[in-house]
Amino acid sequence: MSAEPLLSVRSLSVDFSTYGRVSHVLRDVSLDVPARRHVALVGESGCGKSVTMKAIMGILAQPPARIVGGEIRFDGRDLLQVRGGEWDAWRGTAMSMVFQDPMTSLNPVFTIGDQMETILKYADRRLGRRRDRRGRLDRVYEVLAQVRMPDPERIAKSYPIMLSGGMRQRVLIAMALLTEPRLLIADEPGTALDVTTQAQILKLLRDLVEERGLALLMITHNLGLVREAADFVYVMYAGAVVERGPAVEIFARPSHPYTRALFDCVPKLSGETTFKGIDGSLPDYGAPPPGCRFAPRCPLAVAMCNRSPDERPVGPNHSAACWRLEEAVA
Amino acid sequence: MEFLYFLIRRLLWSLLVLFGLSIVIFVIARVMPGDPARLALGPRASQEQVDDLKANMGLDKPLVEQYQHFIVGLSRGDLGLSFLTKRPVNDDIAETFAATLELVLATISIAFLLGIPLGVVAAAKKDGGADNLVRFGAILGAVTPSFLLALLLQVLAGYELHVLPTTGRLSPDFPFHPDITGLVTIDALLKGNPAALIDGLKHLLLPSLALSAATVGQIARITRSSMIDVAKQDYIEAGRAFGIPDHVRIFKYMLRPAFVPPMTILGLEFASLLGNAFVVELVFAWPGMASYGVRSILQKDLNAVMGVVMISGLFFVVANLVIDVLVGFVDPRVRIQGGQG
Amino acid sequence: MSELAAAPARPQVSIAYQNWHRFSRNPTAVIGSVIVTVVVLTAVLAPWIAPHPDHVGSIVNFRARHLPPSAQYWFGTDNVGRDIFTRVLFGYRVSLLLAAVVLAFAVPLGAALGLIAGYFGGWAEIVIMRLTDIALAIPPLVMALAVTAVLTPNLTHAMLAIAALWWTWHTRLIFSITRTLRAQEFVEAAEILGASRFHILFRELLPNCASAILVKTSLDFGFVILIGAALSYLGLGVQPPTPDLGTMVASGADFLPDRWWESMLPGAAILFVALGFNLLGDGLRDLYDVESVR
Repeated sequence: MSAEPLLSVRSLSVDFSTYGRVSHVLRDVSLDVPARRHVALVGESGCGKSVTMKAIMGILAQPPARIVGGEIRFDGRDLLQVRGGEWDAWRGTAMSMVFQDPMTSLNPVFTIGDQMETILKYADRRLGRRRDRRGRLDRVYEVLAQVRMPDPERIAKSYPIMLSGGMRQRVLIAMALLTEPRLLIADEPGTALDVTTQAQILKLLRDLVEERGLALLMITHNLGLVREAADFVYVMYAGAVVERGPAVEIFARPSHPYTRALFDCVPKLSGETTFKGIDGSLPDYGAPPPGCRFAPRCPLAVAMCNRSPDERPVGPNHSAACWRLEEAVA
Repeated sequence: MEFLYFLIRRLLWSLLVLFGLSIVIFVIARVMPGDPARLALGPRASQEQVDDLKANMGLDKPLVEQYQHFIVGLSRGDLGLSFLTKRPVNDDIAETFAATLELVLATISIAFLLGIPLGVVAAAKKDGGADNLVRFGAILGAVTPSFLLALLLQVLAGYELHVLPTTGRLSPDFPFHPDITGLVTIDALLKGNPAALIDGLKHLLLPSLALSAATVGQIARITRSSMIDVAKQDYIEAGRAFGIPDHVRIFKYMLRPAFVPPMTILGLEFASLLGNAFVVELVFAWPGMASYGVRSILQKDLNAVMGVVMISGLFFVVANLVIDVLVGFVDPRVRIQGGQG
Repeated sequence: MSELAAAPARPQVSIAYQNWHRFSRNPTAVIGSVIVTVVVLTAVLAPWIAPHPDHVGSIVNFRARHLPPSAQYWFGTDNVGRDIFTRVLFGYRVSLLLAAVVLAFAVPLGAALGLIAGYFGGWAEIVIMRLTDIALAIPPLVMALAVTAVLTPNLTHAMLAIAALWWTWHTRLIFSITRTLRAQEFVEAAEILGASRFHILFRELLPNCASAILVKTSLDFGFVILIGAALSYLGLGVQPPTPDLGTMVASGADFLPDRWWESMLPGAAILFVALGFNLLGDGLRDLYDVESVR
């Protein structure tokens, strides 16, 4: 057996050039997503989660983006080195994505069945598989049933507008499952939905990971969702991973000052009504702070923070990139 | 089912619009100062002659009764007698309407065949040279007086280059009668007469080009902005993530939703298109409704004028109904929610 | 809110200056306003700057008829020997007057009806918007033809006929803006504070429609001039000998293609002024970011 996880991102760095100005948006991002695991990438809006996700899916618009370094290893192969056509074959087949907003991610003027069948048609073509429309539609019904949709044939004939938000989210999951991917990337799963529906969607994702042996990477800013659905967590700040660890560990012992601040932002149901925000805002990606990118906002920052911090272990499988860990945890 | 209700509702509104239109026209024709009979007969006619004509046309009755007569006639599709020719206005308009319809249909076809690709190209090259060219061209098309463009085309293509005929629908003495639909090109196709088809198309080209300039520009502009709008939608990015090839995403996933605003615009622009057709028909001596309308106006033939305005309104209403149906087919949101009207 | 407070203090620049700065960097708007200014100035000053001001009326100068453009007659002369350039300048006066009168009537009426329909909704909306539907179904040119058929063809009747339909476009525009504004908080706040309906309509809602009205009116100036020109081209607008651009094109067309200047140059003059107002409106649309106005 191979020790390498299904998806392994190594030191990924991405720049953006806009109007002649270069922004260093991702810096040395590394993360692993093994099969049968729920991995969450957490951070506030603008921290680079979506860029990471798009880079992995290969849908980063280049230009303005440019991948300046690192590897995206999928099943032991570096996707950044393979020829364009091969990545195209992977995209939407071996790895697939569950889109965030069920209201806007489906084309309003085509039926669900038509949209799904089209995805399958081009996936088949890339994989050199032969199947007629009838066969593809059968697969569409099959997948719609897998996401617990009653009456798949009726759903397939529906337009998005005829379905509720929860049903559309299921359709989006079904779309991602069509080609039997091994890696599923979910962008803010269920956040556009009400809490009950969201819980159902998370349960569905969990079941699917179990049943089909998928690897799941969730991108979210919602800590509640992370606590509920993830086994392993990466915390991202300003384009860099600042802390990584098993979900239980991170929630028990948040170590990086940013993670701690983030957790303080969550209003707690139990008693405590006040919560601290984080002063300041994300740094300018054009001229980021030289060392730790959180330093300008960090209450514990000292001169040493002008150098890039090493990742230092905090517990089993749990590490954080901070010079002042001891003080932070204390 | 919802679509049917939607259509029925639109149909009822259309009838209401036509009813309102009939009142407007009646007011113009009968309530405004001026005596239709006197207008028709001219200042030198004797009072007796005028009274005779009035009695003949029912103009001596009270206004309400006259309107009743008018609307009952309308509902039966009867526009009354021409003061001048003493022929039913229906017959006169029927003879000329087909020519106008053919011109308008050709214009709309040109507008879409040119406008949509131009808009797509402009959107794809947003803020580039092609985009600026299309945007400026659209403005230029909108501000060029249609009679000026018509004259210009006539002079250049007709007199200077001698490549295209400059007047009429068919060459003089061309042995062909469009007696199926009344449209030369369609009838030529139906009868399998390629010579007539080519002759008809040659005559049609210049007038419809002159008439389409403004609409091409509008459609290109709207297509451009709606393509840019659609390109930003999540479902377009989603298509990319699912590995759907660019040509399918652009020509299927983007173009179809982007197609709705240009259609809607065409509906609104239809009235001014029809208005410009009047001018263009005159320049090219196109034997359509407009030539008939202008002639009856100059000769103060009120019933004919009312008929022409009424038919113009009817044309507008029917065109918009057709557009509603087409938009409904393209966009299920309209079908299911009944649109916003 | 706190984000605003944290933002670095900007140098204080008046809004008027900011607008002017953006306006002056928008080539469409600048070219448009230059054209409009030139046309308006020449129209106003025509009696003083026109090379042959006596050629406005029905004078006849047979020795100079059908002359091509030259240093003496910039746009050439017409079939009775009158200077076309002079007549174009005076023709602009008629065109601008027509557009100004039509819009002075149509814009306030259309905006007021749109505000009422959008704010009150209900029956007011149904009645007003159905009226606009009816008016939209009639091509303005055809309406003008019908009206001038009943009355005599002249400038006043042409203006009357166009204005009678033109308000609908402003009503539709203001209606759609007001309908979205109605639901917003500042309107609700004013209602709760007990502001009168008059106050809400004209002090709260109208200012928010102002930029859209301005853009639309600028575009309309061009389009009304075009319709007026089409009407007089058909012989149903301004009557000779008053110089009018559409009439000049029509009478010059008899001499195409050899004496092209007699029709094409007055035609180009119409295009020029319509282009100016359109570019100006287009530039203003970018400036105020009111994409919905056409």
